[in-house]
Amino acid sequence: MDNRPNPEDLLRRVQADERRESRGRLKVFLGYASRVGKSYRMFDEGRRRKQRGQDVVVGAVQGVVTPDIQEILSCLDVIPTLAEKHGGKDYRVIDLSALFRRHPGVCLIDGLAYFNPPGSRNPERWQDVEELLDRGISVITAVNVQHIREIQDQVEKITGRRPADSVPEEFLLEAEEIEVVDAPPDALIDRTDGVAPDSRRLAELRELALLLAADVVDRQLQDYLDSHGIAARWGTQERILVCLTPRSNAVDMLKSGLRNKLRFHGALLVAYVEQPGLGPEDKANLESHLAMARAMEAEIHCLQGDDFVTTIVEFAHEQRITQLFLGHSSRPKAFQLMRTPIDRLIDAAEDFDIRLFPHPEAK
Amino acid sequence: MTEVRRGRLKIYLGYAAGVGKTYRMLDEAQALKQQGVDLVIGYFEPHGRQDTIAKTEGLEFIPRRTLAYGGSQFQEMDTEAILRRKPAVALVDEFAHTNVPGCERVKRWQDVQVLLNAGIDVLTTMNVQHLESLNDQVWHVTGVRVRETVPDWVVDEADEVVLVDLTPNALRNRLERGVVYGTDKAKRAMENFFVETNLTALREMAMRHTAHEVEEKLSPASATWAETAAALAAGEGSLEETAPAGRQERILICLTGSPSSAMLIRRGKRVADYLQADCLAIHVARNGEELENVERHMSFARNLRIGTHIAEGEDVPGVIAEFARTQRITQIFMGRSTPLPWWKLFRETIVQQVVRHAHDVQITIVADRRRPA
Repeated sequence: MDNRPNPEDLLRRVQADERRESRGRLKVFLGYASRVGKSYRMFDEGRRRKQRGQDVVVGAVQGVVTPDIQEILSCLDVIPTLAEKHGGKDYRVIDLSALFRRHPGVCLIDGLAYFNPPGSRNPERWQDVEELLDRGISVITAVNVQHIREIQDQVEKITGRRPADSVPEEFLLEAEEIEVVDAPPDALIDRTDGVAPDSRRLAELRELALLLAADVVDRQLQDYLDSHGIAARWGTQERILVCLTPRSNAVDMLKSGLRNKLRFHGALLVAYVEQPGLGPEDKANLESHLAMARAMEAEIHCLQGDDFVTTIVEFAHEQRITQLFLGHSSRPKAFQLMRTPIDRLIDAAEDFDIRLFPHPEAK
Repeated sequence: MTEVRRGRLKIYLGYAAGVGKTYRMLDEAQALKQQGVDLVIGYFEPHGRQDTIAKTEGLEFIPRRTLAYGGSQFQEMDTEAILRRKPAVALVDEFAHTNVPGCERVKRWQDVQVLLNAGIDVLTTMNVQHLESLNDQVWHVTGVRVRETVPDWVVDEADEVVLVDLTPNALRNRLERGVVYGTDKAKRAMENFFVETNLTALREMAMRHTAHEVEEKLSPASATWAETAAALAAGEGSLEETAPAGRQERILICLTGSPSSAMLIRRGKRVADYLQADCLAIHVARNGEELENVERHMSFARNLRIGTHIAEGEDVPGVIAEFARTQRITQIFMGRSTPLPWWKLFRETIVQQVVRHAHDVQITIVADRRRPA
């Protein structure tokens, strides 16, 4: 559970760097509905790159070709997709061997989430794109948030439908660049003559796309900071750390932590510092609070350290925590001669807010 | 007098100069004009960018007004001329701009309010770093203290916020090619504000903020408290009379005359906005205390639509705790007390005393967040 220096992350980064040397660059245009303008933006960028002297080729055109896209296509080289029939269904498959032979600098691939027919070289189109990248061909592509595999549950809740074709989120996270194509839903409804889903659903999908892109960008930022040895303390995302102690009001803290996480679209972490010699009642309390934290899908960390305050403060800095939730372990006394751990924590915390929760007895 | 329909406000939100906000706005203007909409350019900042200037072709400009100040000539938007012309839609570039002294209003966003009140729809542009609530965070991340800010409620009231996105890589390419600034200025910009970490962090903020605006429009917080605060700011009624009942969370910010109070106000208000909580501020004045700095913070708070209250008393923690109880406060925001010198270690700081007095309320101690050198 303790994933502090995280060697896996380091390894991933080194490997990614090595691959990046010889690999093509991937750029993804992310939209939240069809016809929001993703494809246009992608082809338009291809045209501008060609004007600047890059060798640009179109590898896949998807869906309805609007007149403005048609105009761009007429000034670009197109390697047509291959038509295939399978089980009575028509498929369009990227002509990989033709693309390998032609070996352009940049290849434009629309409809990233497309599933190839059974028996194809790769089951899914994003895997075709991987092959292009591996051979040093840069790819610009476009995808709709509804097709990102990991968030399709959320999409289904919003739209009641689950598109069959999908792309794993990990593929997006590996892209060098991701760009959001944002437009207000009302413009979209006009453009599609009222056949689009209602504006509320569109707004929810739009929010999903924006938050997904923010997460991708956050990871890029973190990778950049880590690889340059920069320790940034105040991130752009709210990160909440709930400190569990056996006798604090953990239930209120966890509930409030979850609410804050959801409202800020931030991260919820839960930590406790291991203490020897806990009594059976304290142990049972801690266990039930951890179970609650797990049910909330919080990131749980068990910390080891001689001094509670130093351990927590170090961990909070490492994790770029913005708010630390802490409970009184007893009802505050009328007068205290000794400085409590809470006092020391307040003094030591320069970069994050501390929220103190009342002891249950105080209510 | 007939009630005028308030104009609709649409903001193109970006994260840096050169991402294409003005271009997108003009793109929409051209589309509207083709649909026959009566549209004018109220203010346009070309920055010498040829592709953007080309987009204004065929659009009607309202001439700017020229004002003299400090021996120089300044050009500002001519709000009165736009009102006289009364178009259906006005384009107003650079929403966060501060007018030169001598204008009727201090800020351009206030000029825009006048246009909206007259029933004119407005399209405008701004960068995320101009949002008041992000001011400290932006400073912390970039080292730049943005002076031209827009209160969050102004942006929250917009009918539509659209993200204008461009990858930092593409933006830096544009800079290198001299599209955004001249090459000398571009070189300096690249070395300073336009470093990759700054751009990436600001871009993430822009994405998160646009998502927040989308979410707010899906489930808007009840406007009760905002209205109450506005009434209080206008001097109508006391806090006790106007406090609305039955809201879930209520946040109280404890202000002092210290400069760090501005950061405390921004942080408290941001948390309140995200939690859809009411937000109040209090200062407890000791006998004969100089209130000039406090008044400045209070007026800043009221501009952000926070209800303010100055109480008197020597027992500061006691007054705060009592006020929190009568106002049904759920969370108190305080700055860190200056650590006491060693010979006073057995005395309690104000924070410690409030913790002891108001032990049934959540208390948030806001960090100083000094920038790492």
